[in-house]
Amino acid sequence: MNQWQNFTKGFIKENAVFVLLLGLCPTLAVTSSAINGLGMGLATTFVLVASNMVVTSVKSFIPDKVRIPSFIVIIASFVTIVELVMQAYTPALFDTLGIFIPLIVVNCLVLGRAEGFASKQSFLSSMIDGLGMGLGFTFALTLLGSVREMLGNGSIFDVKFATGDAILIFILQPGAFIVLGYLIALINKLRKTT
Amino acid sequence: MAKKVKSSFINMVLTLTIITVVASLALGSIYNLTLEPIAAAKKAAEERAIKLVLPTFDTLNSDTIWVSIPVDPGVEDQGNGGQDSLRFYKAYRDGKCVGIAVKTFSNQAYDPTQIQIMVGFLPDGVIDSTVVTQQKETPGLGTKMTGDKFNGQFAGKNPATFKLFVTKDGGQVDAITASTISSRAVCDALRRAYRTFESFEKEGGTE
Repeated sequence: MNQWQNFTKGFIKENAVFVLLLGLCPTLAVTSSAINGLGMGLATTFVLVASNMVVTSVKSFIPDKVRIPSFIVIIASFVTIVELVMQAYTPALFDTLGIFIPLIVVNCLVLGRAEGFASKQSFLSSMIDGLGMGLGFTFALTLLGSVREMLGNGSIFDVKFATGDAILIFILQPGAFIVLGYLIALINKLRKTT
Repeated sequence: MAKKVKSSFINMVLTLTIITVVASLALGSIYNLTLEPIAAAKKAAEERAIKLVLPTFDTLNSDTIWVSIPVDPGVEDQGNGGQDSLRFYKAYRDGKCVGIAVKTFSNQAYDPTQIQIMVGFLPDGVIDSTVVTQQKETPGLGTKMTGDKFNGQFAGKNPATFKLFVTKDGGQVDAITASTISSRAVCDALRRAYRTFESFEKEGGTE
């Protein structure tokens, strides 16, 4: 597999949300608007790239039996860094994402890539894998957030394009399940035909 | 690939110790680096809210005032000895007090998170405007409390004559559709602010 494929696999072929179905808790919870999805995706991407890079550089020093706690400490450190930096420089976004920033620690996607990929592969591949997977996750969250915001609020990225009442349920929790279901179906159809 | 370190007891203890020490060092330094920006961001957000709710002013009383009042009768004591205390910011233009911003709150919102509202009073007790600074209400329903349609109805009203209860409870506030609880919480916060403002005024605080 060349590095380009390694990078692009995260978008459709092995998309974390639509295909691997990893990290669904933040996916469903924070995507009530496009900007929330984008913010959450980028925060996760940073953690993913940074933790993948560190895990792959220290992998040969970590005894097998303590690798999971070691990875969790590494991931948790980066999540806390993201949390502090967001609080300092993007307080508004930090307020809306709230509890879901610390919860990136337990996002299966991050640990999954550390354990399943970065602990076995080279530095470069791991970094590219983290970037591709993270941006694929961002893409999925932004798409989900956009659809929900369009249907539920008549706007996209806070830009109103329709007046009057929208279909409120899409902003509420059930809307997350409905839209995600349809998007997964659509992506599966696309994957089958190509 | 380099050979894996063996999972002996010593190795495991050493590895975990080194990783946690490095992680805590890194976090400690990041914490120190972001300490000031975080405080600044919080202060800026508060100042933005004060500017929104008051008429133009040139100086803000930098030493904020805490005013305590007895809690509403019938409202459960929040463990403050039956007292609420709110933070007051006095704003001046050309040496004259043009308004007072009060940071008020309510614990009766739909989400257990406290809602916080910045209220601007003119010296005669009329509400200049209000802005919700913290809320975690249901998206699309209770979150409308931040919108102009709901908040706009408080501007220019004097709580001495304007009953700060939702119409369902015999007041004059139009509740948000399907969010009576959130609307009640806002009324509760505003009543608390006004009661505090009254006791502040009696002591001559608005001069």
